[in-house]
Amino acid sequence: MNYQWNWSAFLDLSTDGAHTYLQSFAIGTGWTLALASCSVLFALALGSATALLRLGRLPPGRWLTIAYVEVQRNIPLIVHMFLWYFVLPELLPRDMGLAIKRMPAPWDSFVPAFLCLGFYGGARISEVFRAGIESLPRGQFRAATAIGLTERQAFRYVIFPQGLRIVMPALTSEFVSAVKYSSVALTIGLLEVTAQAKSMQEYTFQIFEALIVAGAIYVVINWTLILSMRALERRLAVPGLLGADAARTADGPLP
Amino acid sequence: MLNLDFSTVWPSLGYLFGEGMVTSLAITVVAAVFGMLLGGVLAVMRLSRHRWLSWPATFYINSFRSLPLILIIFGFYFLMPYVGAWILRSPYPVNIGAFRAALISFTLFEAAYFAEIIRSGIQSIPKGQVRAGQAIGLRPSTILIHIVLPQAFRNMIPPLLLRTLILFQDTSLVYVVSLTDFLGAATKLGQRDGRLTEMYLLVAATYFVICFVVSRLVNRLDQRLKRTQ
Repeated sequence: MNYQWNWSAFLDLSTDGAHTYLQSFAIGTGWTLALASCSVLFALALGSATALLRLGRLPPGRWLTIAYVEVQRNIPLIVHMFLWYFVLPELLPRDMGLAIKRMPAPWDSFVPAFLCLGFYGGARISEVFRAGIESLPRGQFRAATAIGLTERQAFRYVIFPQGLRIVMPALTSEFVSAVKYSSVALTIGLLEVTAQAKSMQEYTFQIFEALIVAGAIYVVINWTLILSMRALERRLAVPGLLGADAARTADGPLP
Repeated sequence: MLNLDFSTVWPSLGYLFGEGMVTSLAITVVAAVFGMLLGGVLAVMRLSRHRWLSWPATFYINSFRSLPLILIIFGFYFLMPYVGAWILRSPYPVNIGAFRAALISFTLFEAAYFAEIIRSGIQSIPKGQVRAGQAIGLRPSTILIHIVLPQAFRNMIPPLLLRTLILFQDTSLVYVVSLTDFLGAATKLGQRDGRLTEMYLLVAATYFVICFVVSRLVNRLDQRLKRTQ
């Protein structure tokens, strides 16, 4: 096998005719970060709202949330992406559909991708929150109301602070997933990191260089996320209550 | 607005399921079987006391879990010809085809996830079980194979099955290397007939029904396994 390593290919002009491949990767990283962070914020809001509906007393709210979560969970992400991009404009009134299709690039792919990942992540985060709150002993809520807190106060000051600490590791993995999922947006034309790697290897044939750089970008983003969330977890940890200490005293891992 | 016409969809069902779904399922089955085997090896390695075993496994698992699946699929699709050339000592890249490249990407990628499920299954077994084995003089490998794994396996079955269901959903990403899986087949026919909307609605409905039913069955199995414990 004779593969010609050529790192200077990153300084060649890329296919958009204006930037080098190195600059294109930087722009792609920007889109990956923008898409992942926007959709995570939306997903957090939607996830907490639907988790409350799911745990609430109104049956229609519960049913709606269950239906929403099941639809998001049982259809592959790329199919959701195509539903938002290809199918939704067709199902809307004609003028609205046309307006969506005529959005200027890159918004024509960024907006559907943002909605897709936001709703997809929202369902997953909703389940994370629900599981976190349900894992708290019932007595916590009863005790809080028994000492005279209203239901709202009990949730705000007793349930929520504990639940948040419980779900931190699961939330971290959802954030990492959001970064990884953002790559699916390349199928509807968003030029994020993976799309840049693909484009670079197709035109320069420097496969290894393109893949190594793209992989390194994801590893750096995700490990920055993981390590900062771990630091946050440690900061928020209540000594003797939850987290690392509790895990260690329980039936620990095998040697 | 609502201008749907499913008449071209029905005659396509044979191709959609006969070609497309069969491809999706083939990738799922192969990647699940080999992914679990490799995942089991990785899990045991990661739990090993020897760093020269645990570090490579940890590195493998963390690397694959940090990268998007699409990048892995592209990677192996473009990389495998060079690996093939290296193995066969050929001066030119060897064409191995999108399907085999997809099988390799999914197997290696899923192995990292299966490994973590198997590891937590093994760790869920109380330490006393191992101590008891040691006390009666069993070798570490005997303890693992005859005491820990049979019990751990019970705890692992439902999460392994649910992961396989996610793998089944993820196989739709082979669309990016133009393989004719279920989604790829639907796209081809949808573009031919100018009926992409209807095709994608059918694809979504099909995935939903399959995954919803299977996940319910797995949950029921989970309940039963927990009850008989």
